[in-house]
Amino acid sequence: MPTIHDVVIIGSGPAGLTAAIYTARASLSPLVLEGEPSSTGDQPGGQLMLTTEVENFPGFPEGIMGPELMMNFRAQAERFGAEMHTVRASKVDFSERPFKIWVGDPDAPEPTHLAESVIVSTGAKALMLDVPNETRLIGHGVSTCATCDGFFFRDQHIGMVGGGDSAMEEAMFLTKFASKVTVIHRRDELRASQIMQDRAMANPKIEFRWNAVVTEVLGDQSVTGVALEDTVTGEASTMDLTGLFIAIGHRPNTDLFVGQLDLHDNGYLAVEGRTSRTSVPGVFACGDVQDDVYRQAITAAGSGCAAALDAERWLEAQE
Amino acid sequence: MSDAIVNLTEATFDEVVAGSSEPVVVDFWAEWCGPCKMIAPILDEIAVEKAGDAVIAKLNVDENPSIAQRYGVMSIPTMLVFRDGEVDKRVVGAKGKAQLLEELGV
Repeated sequence: MPTIHDVVIIGSGPAGLTAAIYTARASLSPLVLEGEPSSTGDQPGGQLMLTTEVENFPGFPEGIMGPELMMNFRAQAERFGAEMHTVRASKVDFSERPFKIWVGDPDAPEPTHLAESVIVSTGAKALMLDVPNETRLIGHGVSTCATCDGFFFRDQHIGMVGGGDSAMEEAMFLTKFASKVTVIHRRDELRASQIMQDRAMANPKIEFRWNAVVTEVLGDQSVTGVALEDTVTGEASTMDLTGLFIAIGHRPNTDLFVGQLDLHDNGYLAVEGRTSRTSVPGVFACGDVQDDVYRQAITAAGSGCAAALDAERWLEAQE
Repeated sequence: MSDAIVNLTEATFDEVVAGSSEPVVVDFWAEWCGPCKMIAPILDEIAVEKAGDAVIAKLNVDENPSIAQRYGVMSIPTMLVFRDGEVDKRVVGAKGKAQLLEELGV
């Protein structure tokens, strides 16, 4: 059997890496299963790896690039001895202690890792529209990463679906390249914070198509437009576009924990009150996987600290 | 970047891709692309492991936009697998090593 770790942390966004810094400094030698590269937000470093400038993380008065911030988190955790594995957990068994975690083949008889305590910080991944042709046209005009792909849409008209802060930030970023960005939103008001709304509304290259949902992505070889349905009148229409960017929110990454940990009806992990304690003693949750309210880098980091302290105290109490 | 990876430019692209007897994987990337940076070390490993069986190459889309345009690359990372100079496979987006190897088929 593999050796038993004091703490295994699953996920490596602001929550997981803050938990790693704190547990490493408490001499718990955390093992971090940081995930695998992806373009949807469930990669090592989390959602900030797909963003540009982060302006609201305290301590950086001039702002900092998302990937740079996360590389700093990681370096800080490594400095205190956190062990990083660039792999994704494929199965967990929390039914008895030590807890079992598999990497790679989930049907392997022996788990890859054993742990006295586990901190779950698997975050959330970007939602897709789930309409015809969307998946087929990823890489051919449909994108979930504005910072990666904006460059390819110089002087073109592109669509941005969504009404939150991410959608506004990405729409503004895209105006560096595009001739026009049309924000397509299903309601007649935005969910985004006031400062982001004000900036987007003041941007001459951004237009809004209110009360509309995309019902189909149009295009044979690459995106040529979208089919829209008005959410008030039900009227159908089309809009010519060469690119379509999607920022309609996130879904918590809890597939691994169904049947093991209690989940809320909306899919987020349930924790006890203001703590990070899940339904299984010794398993703690932090960050976006358990937060359907705030979902900020700084609140994720704060909850990662709480999870580390909860785990540390729990381990002490077991001895 | 590992020495095993070939760095392509507009000047060398056609010669390397058309002239290779092994399949050539071209990773379209840029400095400002987070997911591209995440898969860079994986491609380094693959280049070493597949030496002799496949050529692993990179093309910076910022510096060589005409090649990206020729192959309709609109998202990065995109990896194209060329066999006898023709595009045989297209893999879009960052992935872990096992999945990447499976999709590239080299």
